[in-house]
Amino acid sequence: MKPQEYQQLVRENQPPRRTWRNVILAFVVGGSFSLIGQIVLDFVSGVERTTDEASAITLAIMILIGAVLTGLGIYDEIAEIGGAGAAVPITGFSNTVTAAAMEFRREGFILGMGAKMFVIAGPVLVYGILSGFLVALIKSVVLGYF
Amino acid sequence: MATRRVGGQTIFFEDLPKLVSAHTIVGKNEGQGPYSEYFDEILEDDLLGQPTAEKAERQILQQAVEQALSKYGLVPQDIQYYVSGDLLNQVISAVFSARNLAIPFLGIFSACGTFAQSLGLGSILLHGGFASKVLVATSSHYQTAERQYRYPIELNIQHRPTNQHTVTGAGACVLSADGEGPKITHVTFGRIVDMGLKDPNDMGSAMAPAAFDTLEKHLKDIECSPDHYDLILTGDLGRQGFKMLKIIAEKKGLALGTNLQDGGVLIYGEDPKYGAGASGAACSAVMTLGYGLSLLREGKIRRLLLVGTGALLNQLTVQQGDSIPTIAHAVAIEA
Repeated sequence: MKPQEYQQLVRENQPPRRTWRNVILAFVVGGSFSLIGQIVLDFVSGVERTTDEASAITLAIMILIGAVLTGLGIYDEIAEIGGAGAAVPITGFSNTVTAAAMEFRREGFILGMGAKMFVIAGPVLVYGILSGFLVALIKSVVLGYF
Repeated sequence: MATRRVGGQTIFFEDLPKLVSAHTIVGKNEGQGPYSEYFDEILEDDLLGQPTAEKAERQILQQAVEQALSKYGLVPQDIQYYVSGDLLNQVISAVFSARNLAIPFLGIFSACGTFAQSLGLGSILLHGGFASKVLVATSSHYQTAERQYRYPIELNIQHRPTNQHTVTGAGACVLSADGEGPKITHVTFGRIVDMGLKDPNDMGSAMAPAAFDTLEKHLKDIECSPDHYDLILTGDLGRQGFKMLKIIAEKKGLALGTNLQDGGVLIYGEDPKYGAGASGAACSAVMTLGYGLSLLREGKIRRLLLVGTGALLNQLTVQQGDSIPTIAHAVAIEA
């Protein structure tokens, strides 16, 4: 059997991707995190003076929730059901940092946890900052700031 | 000098090496599966109170080795060679388990097919007259394998149905030139088979052609049909790989019956939590030494063929876009 033939055979015989089920569950799980975020934001808005301050505190609280759920070993179970719904919100970002920190803690605080904490979250930061810069640059050019 | 070869790839023994003593240890999850009664020890804590999973794995391996020796009233000095391997870089669990034994050590690697390779090499050492007793063991651990081959344990990953779950555990056995026990009759070491598959989330499909290659060669070499064996136990193809093996066999006109089973399919039962089933160097070790050996000893089967399968990949080869080379070694065991 040629490799190409076998690769085709494997593609035909792999279990079907449950796309619709995954999309719906991702919507429900991601939506639930967003709902919690909205409730927190509404509550914090009553305490804080400006919207910027309120949203900053909301983000901090959501990050804390993500980290605690990760520490308790619950977040990966939620992700198993929710997929992208658990990965995309900021709780998911918090999970990537916390999970790596927990994992590499065993190699020490400096070369383990310190060095490898952002091993999963790093690309998010790099490309997040890069794309933010590019969008700002395009906006500046389009609006004629230069 | 007369060679003890038959056909193209198989070797046979005249003074049959015997499996005189064996010990299997599995983790908590494996202990909750349908084959738990066949394992000697089931851990309550997969970490055994150790600070790291790596330390726990070598502790499990060491415990299996000590038990396999003491069951037969042996001390390390009675053994001439310790042949062992695991999934970690530099087969480090095996290295540490050998540290206290203070006997000649051969560290080997065929990923999840390591156990079959070690049985084969151990038998050769015995039959060549280079040893009267050889100790053979392999281990794997879910947590150590995840971190080396995949992601942090608590990371938000949605596993695919073709993903496999590494078995936590270890299997150790003593091969002896004399004594009583199931005997090793033939060994067929496999060649590297690479069908160009690149998906590390479906190692079963990648390994199936290797399993078929070795199985076909073995049967051709000894001029037997698959029902010569009461049980053909593939190591850890999982549900997906097992399905692919049957499809390949059908296409090539090799009739495989119900005597074909797979350790990776069996060990956790049907639980979808484990994806396509089990994998890991300990999978074929505990299924062969626990389940297979029990059937042989109780006389439920007379002939067992272990086809230990391994996917030889690491994180770098996957990230650099390489395909997954695979291997399978077959070892025939007779009651």
